Amino acid sequence: MNFDFSEEQKLLQETAREFLAEHSPLSACRAVLESGGSHDAELWKGAAEMGWLGAAVPEVYGGAGFGRLELSLLALEVGRALAPIPFGPSVYLCTEAILEAGSDAQRERWLPRLASGEVIGTFGFSERIGSHAAASLESRFEGGRVHGVKVPVPDAGIAGLLLAAVETGSGPGLALVELGGEGASVEPLESLDASRPLGRLRLDGAPAELLGGDGAGAGFLEHLLDRAAVLMAFEQVGGAERSLDLTREFTLGRFAFGRPIASFQALKHRLADVYAAVQIATSSAYYGAWALSTGDAELPTAACGARVSASDAFDLATTEMIQMYGGVGYTWEYDCHLFYRRARGLGHALGSATEWREKLIQRLEDS
Amino acid sequence: MDFNDTPEEAEFRQEARGWLDANAERLEPGERREGALGSERADLIERAKAWQGVKADAGWACITWPSAYGGRDASPIQNVIWGQEESGYRVPPNMFTIGHGMLGPTIMTHGSDAQKERYLKPLLRSDEIWCQLFSEPAAGSDLAGLRTSATRDGDDWVVNGQKIWTSGAHYSDFGMIVTRTDPGAVKHAGITYFIVDMKSPGIEIRPIKQITGSSDFNEVFFSDVRIPDSNRVGAVNDGWRGAITTLMNERATLSDQGGFGLGWRDALKLAQEVDWEGRPALQESWVRQRIADFYVKSKGIEYTNFRSLTALSQGKVPGPENSISKMVGAAMRQELAKFALEMQGAGAVAADPDAPGLAEGFQANWLASPGLRLAGGTDEILRNIVAERVLGLPAEARADKGIAFKDIPSGSS
Repeated sequence: MNFDFSEEQKLLQETAREFLAEHSPLSACRAVLESGGSHDAELWKGAAEMGWLGAAVPEVYGGAGFGRLELSLLALEVGRALAPIPFGPSVYLCTEAILEAGSDAQRERWLPRLASGEVIGTFGFSERIGSHAAASLESRFEGGRVHGVKVPVPDAGIAGLLLAAVETGSGPGLALVELGGEGASVEPLESLDASRPLGRLRLDGAPAELLGGDGAGAGFLEHLLDRAAVLMAFEQVGGAERSLDLTREFTLGRFAFGRPIASFQALKHRLADVYAAVQIATSSAYYGAWALSTGDAELPTAACGARVSASDAFDLATTEMIQMYGGVGYTWEYDCHLFYRRARGLGHALGSATEWREKLIQRLEDS
Repeated sequence: MDFNDTPEEAEFRQEARGWLDANAERLEPGERREGALGSERADLIERAKAWQGVKADAGWACITWPSAYGGRDASPIQNVIWGQEESGYRVPPNMFTIGHGMLGPTIMTHGSDAQKERYLKPLLRSDEIWCQLFSEPAAGSDLAGLRTSATRDGDDWVVNGQKIWTSGAHYSDFGMIVTRTDPGAVKHAGITYFIVDMKSPGIEIRPIKQITGSSDFNEVFFSDVRIPDSNRVGAVNDGWRGAITTLMNERATLSDQGGFGLGWRDALKLAQEVDWEGRPALQESWVRQRIADFYVKSKGIEYTNFRSLTALSQGKVPGPENSISKMVGAAMRQELAKFALEMQGAGAVAADPDAPGLAEGFQANWLASPGLRLAGGTDEILRNIVAERVLGLPAEARADKGIAFKDIPSGSS
């Protein structure tokens, strides 16, 4: 039994942690949040130079040639740092989709530019409030163009390439839509996690190609979301871990009734519960990474387990963080709300945990 | 990342399987191995003892013990592999884990040469059965609050008091008992550890009837019971050290409370069978959401155990994540059983022969599950352990530090 990452992989993780400690302090996240900006462009450039954006992209397309296990650990570190960069949408979704299902020409055209950070990728699945099946998509691909509305789209204002779920004419599929030119307009929307911007994209004949020539099909769309759910689970676990670390430190230093508040069982027991939730999410994310990296048939249920446990853990850790910090945790000045907001943002980015629980039961019924 | 044995582990597994094939019958597919509960049945004890003897003769009993004491010098991961393999055969459950996993190792660490010589081999073979006399009516989570006294009288000690929650006391030959030998010393400093012959005059054993109606534990009363000084384990008033060794060995045993009784799969099956307003309960989204949560938590515990096994496989000590299994799993079992009853509406609480096959099992699990949250460290004690040893948080302020045991305030229950 070897249910662990290798020493080399852990070394890569350590390097990432050091880099982010220097280049992505919490003040970087706060700066984007407070300025209403799009992202930390310097940090994005740095992540590209470190090879993270193309971590799982083969070297022939300008990537680092690692696998998904390495990418998982990078995601965890990005999550720990609350890095204000379009890592998830560009890497877990756009880049992964092209890697897995793009045509040779699409790979040659887009992967080097995504891996270098020159083009930021994003994704658009949702079209309105609520939960909807791929079969009810209103966006449509026709004659090399896409028409429809996608909302919310992460990084809509800075992305050059949109991976959009569309009706292809022969069922749901995915289209690669070029942004920034004709036929695409962006309406910025305020985001609950303003360190990660959102927008409404109106596509009125934006130039596009179907992924892999035929849109890759509804089955691949589900598969892609499963893959992204595993990678994002690591990002959520990273955020939850850091929340717990900071809360632990705070409660050790804060005194009431003549002793550290961390010595009261009312807090200790709840911190133990947060620890347990983070461990369960970590182990579930590991299992997802194993299924992802080996192409195992258990990926669909493993992805649900990773997604649900990581969303729950990040929620619990950040909710308890504000509660245990007390009044200062509710101030703009303290960083608790950065974590609280990120937990909410990531918790909805691929559909909420409630939707993934339902998906899990459907899959258990089918298996 | 993979779930394969290393070449050495695979070789050991083959060896274990080879011996088991030659000495036992494989379980049929779907057949469950006999459980350890219901231990009042004398025939089960006898069969368990006999099987232990067969294993001991071939060097497959207590395999992590040193070969000098009849063990196999096996590593912890080999012990896990052995357990996995043995569970695939129609053999009695191991009824004697307290002796094998906790008390034997304590004698090895703190016992005299004469004690090791006299007791360890029969303990391993289970020719002699052992029980653990730790908890008392007023000393549960706070074990060091124990009051059973031992007073020196010539070459003997005279013991008076009461122990409780003793598994297997009625069929044990020996027990290991912690006693108060100096009430004038501070709490942890006045305790002495002994081996006691359970057939000694003055010992009375009464079974405890649990809320389930069955009796898996006993109260043990000591009235002027004489223990020779040669049965003392460790120095006088230094027994807390030995008690800690025993408890550490208990925690070193990988536990999987998530594996107790009925699980998420059974709840899913029940939900397919139960009618909820004209359709299977599994069509209800509140049922689906809850079962999904039970699945995620159960799997999370299982995968966390994989991480601990990986550490063992690499020759390391499992990390702190190992401690959450019972803390999370026991309460989840209670929730799961309650949920399965909720799903059946008004009829859930009746013993109705027309109810789905799983209904009775969930009733039994619901009644048994509070015990899981108490035995072997309560939920609260486990949270303290995680908070203090894993997260490094300070200990709770206490009212019994630095004062003589006899002056510590005590309550009425």
